[in-house]
Amino acid sequence: MPSITETILGVFAHVDTIVRALENLRAKGYHDLTVYTPVPVHEIEDVLERDRPVSRVRLFTLIGGLTGTTSGFLLTIWTAMEWGLVTGGKPVASIPPYVVIAFELTILFGGLATVIGMAILGRLPRVRPSPTYDPRFTNDRFGVAVHCPPDRAASVREILRGAGAEEVRP
Amino acid sequence: MSVTTSPPPERVHPLPEPTFADVNRDVLATLRPPSNLYFLWMSVVALILTAGILAWTYQIWVGMGAAGKRTPQMWAMYITTFVFWIGIGHAGTLISAVLYLFRARWRTSIYRAAEAMTIFAVMTAGLFPLIHAGRMWFAYFLLPYPNQRYLWPNFRSPLVWDVFAISTYLSISTVFFIVGLVPDIAALRDASEGWRRRIYSMLALGWEGEHAQWRHYRRAYGLLAALATPLVLSVHSVVSWDFAMALVPGWHSTLFAPFFVNGAIFSGFAMVIVLVLPMRHYFRLHSYIRDKHVDAMAKLILVTSLVLTYFYACEAFTAWYSGDHFERSSLFWRSTGTYAWAIWLMYFCNSVSPLVLFSKRMRLNPVALYVVSIFVLIGMWFERFNIIVPSLAHDFYPYTWGIYVPTVTDTTIIIGSFAWFFILFLGFIKLMPSLSIVEVKETLPHPVRDTAHAVHH
Repeated sequence: MPSITETILGVFAHVDTIVRALENLRAKGYHDLTVYTPVPVHEIEDVLERDRPVSRVRLFTLIGGLTGTTSGFLLTIWTAMEWGLVTGGKPVASIPPYVVIAFELTILFGGLATVIGMAILGRLPRVRPSPTYDPRFTNDRFGVAVHCPPDRAASVREILRGAGAEEVRP
Repeated sequence: MSVTTSPPPERVHPLPEPTFADVNRDVLATLRPPSNLYFLWMSVVALILTAGILAWTYQIWVGMGAAGKRTPQMWAMYITTFVFWIGIGHAGTLISAVLYLFRARWRTSIYRAAEAMTIFAVMTAGLFPLIHAGRMWFAYFLLPYPNQRYLWPNFRSPLVWDVFAISTYLSISTVFFIVGLVPDIAALRDASEGWRRRIYSMLALGWEGEHAQWRHYRRAYGLLAALATPLVLSVHSVVSWDFAMALVPGWHSTLFAPFFVNGAIFSGFAMVIVLVLPMRHYFRLHSYIRDKHVDAMAKLILVTSLVLTYFYACEAFTAWYSGDHFERSSLFWRSTGTYAWAIWLMYFCNSVSPLVLFSKRMRLNPVALYVVSIFVLIGMWFERFNIIVPSLAHDFYPYTWGIYVPTVTDTTIIIGSFAWFFILFLGFIKLMPSLSIVEVKETLPHPVRDTAHAVHH
């Protein structure tokens, strides 16, 4: 089956040139972009996240943290009620010391949920490298892959070159 | 380890800022096949570790008496060393989480080594409850869940809090460490060949540095840092409550939590210096771990030392001002009795020796800084010793008093624990990037073609 979209990859050596390319691409209405960078770059983030909500990882953290708090209190109170250690007129389920356990489990579950969230949302682990990936992207090159209809490929190449791409392929 | 006495190159002429490609090249260079010197160190450390393992085996064979354990000195050097190692770990989390939240840029070049140090220190600390338990094959009794063994956890006990605090600390530090490593391992994968490439590919989880990945990664990293920050403060507080919740004079004090946390950061930074200075020297990382970074660490050692001195004064003052006979006599006995040498050694190492760091020349002199750091480590080990041993030796009634004398067995185990820590660290620096490729690049000026529009941030 012939693909209905074509993918053009532009490789850049500089942050300012890739930012210019992204601005121009977006101005021309190309929004299906995959950007590769060796480090997170604020300027690129500013362009790409202009109209996107913040990452949903924090939702995972919140749910994980609250689960931890609840299970910390449930474990301690349930254990105390079921196998009571009755001492000198003190309440069998004494909340203040249980706060320590609940706190530690909040951090533990919250942290683990954050990592799971990151893996799910970032679609990790990946078995196969994506076709547009280039090993230089973990070194010192920046890349943008533009997914566009085949008839627009020429104009995309034009934009990438015009912005200062070092290499455009295919 | 010996440290260079020649002035570091950056004082002769400032080193140029490395480029992105330089970072990859230089970090990869640290993973080249090791030299004979490395194997020599490895063998020395392995030999000491073997001695430690043999001593432990002997202790299991003969019983806890071999470790000099008799009432009232049931905690002695094992718990001393346990608290010491947990404390060492704290500087790593401080550097990786707290300084990240404060956007302290000088942390980037040292944070990976410090984080690895945290994990290895907690792993070393974790051995001591097992060694101290005697029959460590019953260690699963420590697991805090109700069970059919006619024992169930008392969640009001600080020792159970400890189990939760330490295991959470180990888990979160490890997760934090792994998350930081993933993009770096991807860089290693792309630079290596053959079987190494296959292993690094698996460990990198298919990381590609795509924007959608970075977006979630950065958010997750920030959240993990925000979770680790209160955690690191809580862990040593919980450890301090192991003591503070008991009524023993010298322990029963609300001062203990901040006192322990501050001491932990103090000793941890000293350990970072002890590890990072030789690493910088042997791997020639002078253009990454610059003098200003070492200077910043030295300043933190100085500040925490001054705070610790203040706590020592507080401790003595509250004991005196309380008017409590037992508190006063415990303090008096500690500073004049059998273990007086230990407390005065501690005051010298922790309060006096770091004062030389007021001089910038001393802060920038690797040898001086190294010596001070070793003094700090000795001092902080003795601080834990002085809390545990003399307090138990001299509590309420003369008939419960008792002096602890170290044996060959427990001393060898303690020394072996240092070997265990160093063997883990030595292995790490040859297998994984000991400098964060991504974070170092982030602090460098980003490559721009049109310098007139260069963005500074």
